[in-house]
Amino acid sequence: MKGRAVDYQTLQFPYRRSADQSAPNPARHPVVVVGAGPVGMALAIDLAQRGVPVVVLDNDDRLSVGSRAICFSKRTLEIFDRLGCGQRLVDKGVSWQVGRVFFKDQEVFRFDLQPEPGHERPAFINLQQYYLEGYLVERAAELPLIDLRWKHEVVAVEPGPDGVELMVETPDGAYRLRADYLAACDGSRSSVRQLIGQESKGRVFQDRFLIADVRMQADFPAERWFWFDPPFHPNQSVLLHMQPDQVWRIDFQLGWDADAEAEKRPENVLPRVRAMLAATALQDAPFTLEWASVYTFACLRMDHFRRGRVLFAGDAAHRVSPFGARGANSGVQDAENLAWKLARVLAGASPDALLESYGSEREAAADENLLNSSRATDFITPKSDISRLFRDAVLELAKTQAFARSLVNSGRLSVPATLHASPLNTPDIDPFAGRMVPGAAAVDAPLLRADGRPTWLLRELSGAGFSLLAFSLSPDRLKALRQAADGVAELAVVAVGTGSDLADERGLLARRYDLQPGSAYLLRPDQHVCARWRTPTPEALRRALRCATGQEA
Amino acid sequence: MHLITSPNLDSPDDFYQALIDAHQGLSGAQSQALNARLVLVLANHVGRFEVLRQALATAAAAAPQHAADGSQPPP
Repeated sequence: MKGRAVDYQTLQFPYRRSADQSAPNPARHPVVVVGAGPVGMALAIDLAQRGVPVVVLDNDDRLSVGSRAICFSKRTLEIFDRLGCGQRLVDKGVSWQVGRVFFKDQEVFRFDLQPEPGHERPAFINLQQYYLEGYLVERAAELPLIDLRWKHEVVAVEPGPDGVELMVETPDGAYRLRADYLAACDGSRSSVRQLIGQESKGRVFQDRFLIADVRMQADFPAERWFWFDPPFHPNQSVLLHMQPDQVWRIDFQLGWDADAEAEKRPENVLPRVRAMLAATALQDAPFTLEWASVYTFACLRMDHFRRGRVLFAGDAAHRVSPFGARGANSGVQDAENLAWKLARVLAGASPDALLESYGSEREAAADENLLNSSRATDFITPKSDISRLFRDAVLELAKTQAFARSLVNSGRLSVPATLHASPLNTPDIDPFAGRMVPGAAAVDAPLLRADGRPTWLLRELSGAGFSLLAFSLSPDRLKALRQAADGVAELAVVAVGTGSDLADERGLLARRYDLQPGSAYLLRPDQHVCARWRTPTPEALRRALRCATGQEA
Repeated sequence: MHLITSPNLDSPDDFYQALIDAHQGLSGAQSQALNARLVLVLANHVGRFEVLRQALATAAAAAPQHAADGSQPPP
């Protein structure tokens, strides 16, 4: 499939009958994932790479209809690097890091999401969701442990203490399946969630937005442009984003009274797009409408992402408004948080209790995303006269006063949540500066191999187990530390600095992690920091590993 | 750090006059907008969130009784 252009929007995946459908007794699988979207596929690929067989059930036979989630963050790209398709995403996607904010007819300010050099991946890429899904399906096809079943719809879920029994409906009739664990990645209207009688709770915003994807030959730079109250769409906001294939995404805020059905008709969409273009240098650019949709949004989450042996991830567990690109990106982080834990529990290496930390860590992350997304929504669509008054005051001031720009909130763009309160963290005993506290997702840094080839920290970390990032430690100490992990967890020692094969030539690693000779960081399989020391000892490392794998009560 | 609530203005009458003068000739809406910008400018000068929180609480607590108990002011 690779090499020639595939039209992912029209791709259809044939229903296939599974041997399970003819089995006299329901077949039992370690993990069944419901939903072949970005979250479900990321989870399935991660599990398969860890040696866990996975059945993926999807009720449809198509990829995402329309571009939908289009902004994928640096962290998401780093996760997909580990899952084997990061480069394809970057190659196809539009990389961007600059945003511009306009108020009425004036540019208020611009921001740069990645002002410092020395990162392999850009702050964001824009890419239609169907490309991401298509690449994930193709990556999954390379992994024999993934059994992806299209047009297999879960219609009943019976959770039990030792597993979950499912009823699956197909064009050939229904069949039963058993799973040790069920992962519900079936989106905001999750049928698994409904079938077990759970709900997501929170705020539904009284506003409607029109998404228009237009194709045109135009010279817009690859930047995020956000208008508050522009003359071409007064009293509302507009967002412009570039996608691959000469497609631009334009979001128009419509207000609560808009007629959703009427607004997405071309005869109503086209004048809005024309008015927007007329406000730029592109008033005569010919364009065609690719896709239009009207949506409302909500900030909701389930109380618990784990219900016994049923685990919820992505929009099934939590929903955010789109400002900040925190939906799909946080869902992919859910998947990566869950994958290594499930793999350990299924292998008998960690107790089932490790999965409790999936719930607590990702519920806290969801709260952070919900908070950011709700605040952005309140700024973009003020809910009262006074809220509007202060919003406009901020924007007026931002034209001339630098301080006010920090208050302008057109979406705080997705960064990985730092899992501050995680039970898997070992609290610091030594002083460290900087952002790489226990719970933080490791930031990347450029390194140089002994043979002169450049590499990146995240590329050098273990793809399977824990990693110990050790800075200028003696060979004896490294050996003792390596042995400390025996029987607790798989550990790769990533030695950098004096006496090792990796050099921190530009000093960025030492700066970002506040390293001194002798310092070490313990990183989880999902690349989150869980412990660090100025003078690591085998005992402390062993304890930290036991803690991070749920083996310590 | 604490909110200063003891007298701290070096020229109270001049400040008060300047405040009123700044609103001269403005419509109600323009005055409201000016006040909002002023709050933001001053908040940035203060900087500390804890102090600002105290300032918000102090201002809210000084509201007349009917507003503080949530009932509507008389017409």
